[in-house]
Amino acid sequence: MKKILAVDDSASMRQMVGFTLKKAGFDVVEAKDGSEALNLAKQQGFDAVISDVNMPVMDGITLIRELRSLPDYKFTPLLMLTTESGLDKKSEGKAAGATGWIVKPFNPEQLLAVLKKVIR
Amino acid sequence: MSIDLSQFFDVFFEESFEGLDAMESELLNLEPGKEDQETINTIFRAAHSIKGGSGTFGFTAVSDFTHVLETLLDQIRNGQRQLVAEHVNLLLKAVDCLRAMLTALQAQEEPERQEANELKQRFEAILNGENNTDAPEQAVSEPEEQVDLPITFQIDFKPLPYLFKTGNEPLYMIAELSELGELETQALHDEVPKLKQLNAEDCYLYWRFFLTTTRGESAIREIFEWVEDDAEITIVQCGGLFEEPVDQVDASDAQQSVPAEDELPVQTPAPAKTVQENKKEAGPAKDVRKNTDPSTTSIRVGIDKVDSLINMVGELVITQAMLSQIGEQEITESSIAALQEGLAQLAHNTRDLQENVMRIRMLPISFVFSRFPRLVRDISQKLNKQVELKLIGEQTELDKTVMEKLSDPMVHLVRNSLDHGLETPEERIAQGKDPVGTVTLNAFHQGGNIVIEIMDDGKGLDTEKIRNKAIQNGLIQEQDELTVDEINELIFMPGFSTADNVSEISGRGVGMDVVRKNIQALNGSVEVSSEAGVGSTFTIRLPLTLAILDGQLVQVADHTYIIPLISIVESLQIDIAKVSNVGKGLQVLRLRDEYIPILRLYDIFNHKGAREELDKTLLVVVENDNYKVGILVDDLLAQQQVVIKSLEANYQRVDGISGATILGDGTVSLIIDISGLIKLSGLRRPGSSELLVDLKADEGIPA
Repeated sequence: MKKILAVDDSASMRQMVGFTLKKAGFDVVEAKDGSEALNLAKQQGFDAVISDVNMPVMDGITLIRELRSLPDYKFTPLLMLTTESGLDKKSEGKAAGATGWIVKPFNPEQLLAVLKKVIR
Repeated sequence: MSIDLSQFFDVFFEESFEGLDAMESELLNLEPGKEDQETINTIFRAAHSIKGGSGTFGFTAVSDFTHVLETLLDQIRNGQRQLVAEHVNLLLKAVDCLRAMLTALQAQEEPERQEANELKQRFEAILNGENNTDAPEQAVSEPEEQVDLPITFQIDFKPLPYLFKTGNEPLYMIAELSELGELETQALHDEVPKLKQLNAEDCYLYWRFFLTTTRGESAIREIFEWVEDDAEITIVQCGGLFEEPVDQVDASDAQQSVPAEDELPVQTPAPAKTVQENKKEAGPAKDVRKNTDPSTTSIRVGIDKVDSLINMVGELVITQAMLSQIGEQEITESSIAALQEGLAQLAHNTRDLQENVMRIRMLPISFVFSRFPRLVRDISQKLNKQVELKLIGEQTELDKTVMEKLSDPMVHLVRNSLDHGLETPEERIAQGKDPVGTVTLNAFHQGGNIVIEIMDDGKGLDTEKIRNKAIQNGLIQEQDELTVDEINELIFMPGFSTADNVSEISGRGVGMDVVRKNIQALNGSVEVSSEAGVGSTFTIRLPLTLAILDGQLVQVADHTYIIPLISIVESLQIDIAKVSNVGKGLQVLRLRDEYIPILRLYDIFNHKGAREELDKTLLVVVENDNYKVGILVDDLLAQQQVVIKSLEANYQRVDGISGATILGDGTVSLIIDISGLIKLSGLRRPGSSELLVDLKADEGIPA
């Protein structure tokens, strides 16, 4: 079973993403900010990471940069959740090593459709 | 896959309200010109989360509204716009408005739009005004081109060597492409170097695709959206090369979903219809929410508290196993010893468990304190006073039910301090004080109580004025000589402030009796101390929880009563020589320099068979509202924690009794309500704290 790390400071988004992914047959671990996610990612391997951008403690872009610098996450799909107004964040995210982005708001179907680009 | 989003609504509302609280308190910390980046970030993040969540869960009114504040905050955060006081005020109003909208949505009502629209316009005016570097909102999703007949595209996709290190995988893109239509793939490998030069992490292959699809170019571009900067991508329509499959594809695709030209008009309104259906579907989901009574709020409990409970339950299970094992054995002396040991362990476990369960209901008092920065800000603006609010002991924990009832009295006291306690800046300067007044809220634990102080450094209570008003209202007589403390106490008298009420915000004394009553209803007390020109301090004392009480079990005839341990000053044997009759059947005991009225429980509750001879009984001296009475009992039994059961909920209210509990032997025991008992005994005029007999020792009572 593919394992995904879902990172968001909003509990409801985290639940929604987690629930959707689990229902689609993924193993999901949730983290509430970048720093928690980074620690988890160092302890266990993930097949993909989906992270919010704006978060306290460590934001999503920093998380992606940190993860991409780890040998274990050299090729791992790292997706960021961004809003339509955050177009400049996309290039920032790409520069940090993000694989791609999912634009908020999205529904569970859209999430899974987008995820198919990087993990199957 | 369909997922019912309504299952996430509760969490969404809970965190949104938390986010609004955070926004509010951070906004109050903001000083335009001196704003701190982290504060702005926190406010932005809260708005951002609310917008994201409300958009995702379909609350578009909220997400539309939040969008404007998010945009403003983003500009401030990025330094594109300077924060000014007007922004803070507007953002605070927006917080209120969002709170109202979310509350309405939570109750499944349509949120009030008017205020939101007005506020939104004001935000838009700021955003469109000068200093605006924000580009007009980009249309994000262009309507997807839909072609009627399949077209063949030639797609050249040549990733830059580092593609894998972005986490993208050409294989999945090819799979996606193949879902759009008929796909012919050519992998080109002429750039793959000799083995020696080959870097295993780089991508050397590239591809040429021929895709025959009805979906148009944008659908193809979308697949490569994430890698368009990391690859050379060319997409061209081509006619010749693969023309022959077109017919084939046409036939197969038409079966799938390709609308024929005349079907198109039918197809177009489809999205709108879906929306309606979604709305209909949302109906039953809403009903599910309706069942959750809004008054049954949830609390978030730290995982450590839950862990320790689970641990303790584990201990309990072990003890139970041990005891039941003993129970199966024959009774011997050693098994009795083991039984006793087991029971001691059980008692220990139960007490620990009880304490920890209680801790679950405990929340830091910051839940109440957090509303005051906003309140103080609003009121001080209205009054043109400069106020600094200090919060101390915010982490002090208190039972949630007590906390909920504490808020109103505290608001009242704080308003009073601002309105009547603190002087205007001019007055303060004239008196050589700092023009900025201070109001301090301080919470701390003391014994089994929580103490909350509301202090101001204002002018203090005007004793002369209070005295005069009390005489006017007939609460005291002209000739009465009262100490300063006694005069200050008068503000808690009912009816004290019926005369000229001082302002719209509050009158010192207005409703103070209600404040005291509310706090007494929580088994607590409130006192005031004040010094002219220096300030006033209101001290609220409350039990930590309403559900459990440290009780003294007492015996009266064949009944067991419980007296709250917290009210007990001392228990003593009566020295008959010091008892005096003061008329109306009342006896008092001279105790050091006080006279203590003796209340006979058996009289009040009509029990027969109690010991009536004073020298064979015991007197439990209790204190309430700063005066003491003695309760006559046959015997003192154990002291223990008792779980309070409400009489009102299970039976009806009984004067002099605050509740009941079930004792170890299964009998019900009543818990004495001291102030109710005093009222019942006729010792005190209804609605007055004055005792019917004057009990001051220095005035002497003939023995």
